[in-house]
Amino acid sequence: MFDVTEAAVEGALAAGASYADARVVLTRTQLVTARDETVESVSQGEAIGVGARALIGSSWGFFATPETSTAAARRAGERAAEIAHASALVAGSGRGPALAGLAEVSPVVAHWESSYEVHPLEVSLSEKADLLLEATTTMRSVAGISLAEADATVWDTEKWFVSSEGHRISQRLAECGASMTATAVGDSETQRRSYPGIRGQYGTQGWELVRGIDLGGNAGRIAEEAVALLHAPPCPAGTADLILGSEQLALQIHESVGHAIELDRILGWEAAFAGTSFLDLSQLGRFRYGSELMNVTADATLPGALGSFGYDDEGTPAQRVDIVRDGVWVGVLSGRDSAGLAGVPAGGMVRADGFNRLPMVRMTNVALLPGDSSLEEMIAETDDGIFMDTNRSWSIDDQRLNFQFGCEIAWEIKGGRRGRMLRNPTYTGITPEFWGSLDRLGGPGEWAFWGTPNCGKGQPSQVGHTGHPAVPARFRGVRVGVAG
Amino acid sequence: MSAELAVCDRALEIVGPSGAAEVRVSTGRRSLTRFANSLIHQNVAEEKCSVTLTLIADGRLARASTNRVDDDALRALVERTREAARLRPPDPDWPGLAPRAPVAPVDHYDRATDEASPRQRAEVVAAFLAAGAGMSGAGYCQTTSEVTGFANTDGQRLAGRSTQATIDGILRLGSADGSGAQTAVDLASLDGAGAGEAAASRAALGAEAIELPPGRYEVILEPACVADICQFLVGYGFNAKMHADGRSFVHVGEAQFDAAVSLWDDATDDRAVGLGFDAEGTPKRRMPMVEAGVSVGLVHDRRTAAKAGTTSTGHAIGGGERFGAYPTNLFLGAAGDAGSGGAPASRGSRDEVVGAVTRGLLVTDFWYTRILDPKTQVVTGLTRNGLFLVEDGQVTRGVRNLRFTQSYAGAVAPGHIKAIAPDARLVNSSAFVPSLHLASWNFTGGARG
Repeated sequence: MFDVTEAAVEGALAAGASYADARVVLTRTQLVTARDETVESVSQGEAIGVGARALIGSSWGFFATPETSTAAARRAGERAAEIAHASALVAGSGRGPALAGLAEVSPVVAHWESSYEVHPLEVSLSEKADLLLEATTTMRSVAGISLAEADATVWDTEKWFVSSEGHRISQRLAECGASMTATAVGDSETQRRSYPGIRGQYGTQGWELVRGIDLGGNAGRIAEEAVALLHAPPCPAGTADLILGSEQLALQIHESVGHAIELDRILGWEAAFAGTSFLDLSQLGRFRYGSELMNVTADATLPGALGSFGYDDEGTPAQRVDIVRDGVWVGVLSGRDSAGLAGVPAGGMVRADGFNRLPMVRMTNVALLPGDSSLEEMIAETDDGIFMDTNRSWSIDDQRLNFQFGCEIAWEIKGGRRGRMLRNPTYTGITPEFWGSLDRLGGPGEWAFWGTPNCGKGQPSQVGHTGHPAVPARFRGVRVGVAG
Repeated sequence: MSAELAVCDRALEIVGPSGAAEVRVSTGRRSLTRFANSLIHQNVAEEKCSVTLTLIADGRLARASTNRVDDDALRALVERTREAARLRPPDPDWPGLAPRAPVAPVDHYDRATDEASPRQRAEVVAAFLAAGAGMSGAGYCQTTSEVTGFANTDGQRLAGRSTQATIDGILRLGSADGSGAQTAVDLASLDGAGAGEAAASRAALGAEAIELPPGRYEVILEPACVADICQFLVGYGFNAKMHADGRSFVHVGEAQFDAAVSLWDDATDDRAVGLGFDAEGTPKRRMPMVEAGVSVGLVHDRRTAAKAGTTSTGHAIGGGERFGAYPTNLFLGAAGDAGSGGAPASRGSRDEVVGAVTRGLLVTDFWYTRILDPKTQVVTGLTRNGLFLVEDGQVTRGVRNLRFTQSYAGAVAPGHIKAIAPDARLVNSSAFVPSLHLASWNFTGGARG
C-alpha cells in the first residue's frame, strides 16, 4: 500500500503543497451482542481507503476516498491541495505553522505491531457468542433482573503512512474488549450494574483480555447488586469524604485531566464544539492542578493499554510525557502543528478515526500513578464517608471545570467500615479543587489499565480509543447526592 | 435505475437462493470547513461509500459491511456474512424482511449542495465571521450528500437521496460566547451573515455576565435546548424497545405532557431532511407521539413491532438492534398541529413570550447532557453559548453558565409549559422545534460548584 500513499503525497506536492502526508488504513471490526438468553446481533465491518493532507502556506486541506488505486490516491492528494488553497480565502487564514513551524521530528522508516497471545479475530464467533450467553443467562437467572446484556468488540487496524519528509511507517494494532450489564426495573426507576465497568474493559491486546476478565464468574454478583439497589436508600445529599473505585476514577481522569490538557483545546481550536480548557499555557510548570499526591503521565508505550501504539498518525514515535508532577501541571497532549505553535516538543499524540478523518490530538494513556495506600486502608481510615464505584453518568462543562458524575453503586462508610449500600450516588465539583482534595491513593497492586473506546471529539465526529491507568483514591469534602 | 440499486441487485445475485437478505448501499460526500480563532484551521472532504448486507439463513442472522462495491468485495462480503450467520445460534425474534411497500415522494436533495466547493463554504464562513467585528469566531460550515439504494429478497426496492448544509458557530467576546446556527437542504439557503449576527448579539449581551445562585428558575429554552429535550424523550421514552423493557416513562393514552403541545415525527415534511425510508427498508410516514399532551404512540422497528403485534413505524436505525428505534425528523408544536401538517403554531410573538417573564432565564443551548435514569428522565447538563437574565419582560444581561439536574419529562408535564414561541427552526438536522417558556427548571450548580 505504500505505492498508494506515495501517489497521494506526490499528487499534493505537484499541486503546490509544501508538505504532504497520506495514510491508507484498513479497518476490520467485529461486534457480537447478547441479550437475555439470545444472541442479539452479529456484525462485522471492513473499510479501506486513503486520506491525504496538504499544507500550502499556512493552510491545510484534507481529502479522503475509499478508492485505493494509485490514480485515485494521486487525485486525493490534488484535492487536498485544492482544499488547502480554499482555506486561505478567509482573511488571515492559517494558524501560523508553515512547515518551518511544525515541531520537528526525525523521519522514520519502520514497521510496528501490537502484541497479543490470541488474535481476537482468530477466535470463532461461536466462542464469542457462547461466552456472552453464559454471562447473560447467569444474570437473567437472578430473580428481579429485567434485562441482561453483554457484548464483545474487536478492532483490527492496519495503517501505511508516508510523508513528504521521508516517513514510511506501517503498523498493525489488535484491540478488543467486552462488557456486560444487568438491569433491574422498579416501579419508578431502573438500576443497573455493569462489569468490568460501564464501558467494559478494552485494551490493545488479544482475546486473552476478554477471557481474563471472567464475565461469567462475575455475572451473578452484579445481577444481585442491581436488584439490591432497587431497595437501597438513596445517596444522601451533602458534603462527604469520597472514595472512588479505579473505574470511576479513570473517567474522572479522562474528563477533568485528559481533555483539559489537549493542546488543541488550549489553543482554541475546539472552541465551538468540544470546548476549550481552563488551563492557560502561561501557567505551564506553575499551575497547581491537585494535591502533591497527584502524578499523571501520558504514556503511549504501556503494553496492552488501549491508548498504546507504535507511531502516531503524523509519524511521531509513541512516548511518555509527564503531565502533572507532584500536583503541578507540567505537560500537554500535542501534535506537530500545535506543538510548533506553542513551542513545546511534539508529543506524538495525534491520531485519526480511520482513513477518512483528519488526525487530531487524542489522549494516549493518561495515567494517574499509584500511591502507597489501598482501598481497604482508605476505608479503614475514613470515619464518615461514601465509597462510589462504576460510572453511570458523566457531564462536564466546556472548559473542563464543573463536573457531575453519577455512579452505579455506593456504600456508606462509618467508623472505618463499609456499611449500607446506597443507590443513585452522584458527586460534583470543580476540577482543581477536587484534585486538590486528593489525600489517599491505592498502591501499584491496584493499578488497573482501564480503556475508554468511545471518546468523542472533532467535526466530523471522531471516536478515539484512550487508556486510563488508575487506582482507588480518596477525596476530602466533596459535594454528593445531587438529585433532580 | 441508480448505481446504488444496481450494486444492491448484484449483491443479492451473489447471495442467491440460499437465504433471505437485504442490502443497503449508500454513496455520497461530506465536506466540512472548520474555523477557530477566526481562521479556517481544518478543511476536509471525503467521498463516502458503504454496503451493508443482512443475511438470514435457517433463522440465523448476521450483518456485515464494506466500503467497496467491486465484485470481489461483494463476494467477500457475502461469504463473511454467511459464515457469521452459520456460527451463531438461531434468532427466535427475527421479524422477517420489510414487505414491498411504496415510499412517499421524499426528495430532500439539492444538486448544487452535493457539488458545493470549498470556496463556497469558505464564503459562508467569511460572512459569519464578518458579523462579529472585534470578536473571535469558531465553528464549521458543512455540506453532505447521500444517495441510497435498498433491496431485499422479498422484493422491496427503494432509492433515495438527500443533502444537508449547515453553518454552526460561536463568536466570542472576552469570556462570553454566543452561538448562531442554520441547517437546510441546500447551501444557498444558508445565511452566514444572519447566523453570525445572532451569535454576535448573544456574545455582546453576555460580555459582562453575572453569577446567579443555583435554584429553580422560570426559563425560556431556545430551540437547541428543546431539541435536546425531545431527543431524550423519544430515545428513552417513545422508543418501543425501552418501553417493552419497562425502562420508559411513557404510558400510552395518558396525559403526560402539557396540553399545549404535540410531538410527532415526519420525514415527508418539506422542512425535514434525510431519506424517506429507514434502515430496514420500511417507508417513513407521519408518526404522532404526543397529541395535545397525551402520549399516543411509540416508534418501532420491525423487531419491536413484531413483538408488540403491530407494524414498524419506519424508525429502524443502522446497527440499532441494541438501542431500538429512533425518530430523526421530530417536530414539536402547538396542540392540533400534529394532525394538521401545518407549521408549529405559537402563542403570540417572541417578544410577547419574553415579555411574560417577570424573572427568569433565557437559555440558548445545552451542553454535555447525560441521563441519570431513563424512567425518571432526570438529566444533568450545563448551559452554553448564551445564558441571560430576563427581568420584567426584558432580556437584561448575561449570566455565567449553570449546571442543571432536571427531569425532562417533568419540565414539560401538564401545566408546565407557559408559552410556545413562533421561532421554530431545524436543529441538528433532526428536530424542527420552537422555543418554550417553562414554569420551572432546576439549576443545581454554577461556576463555583
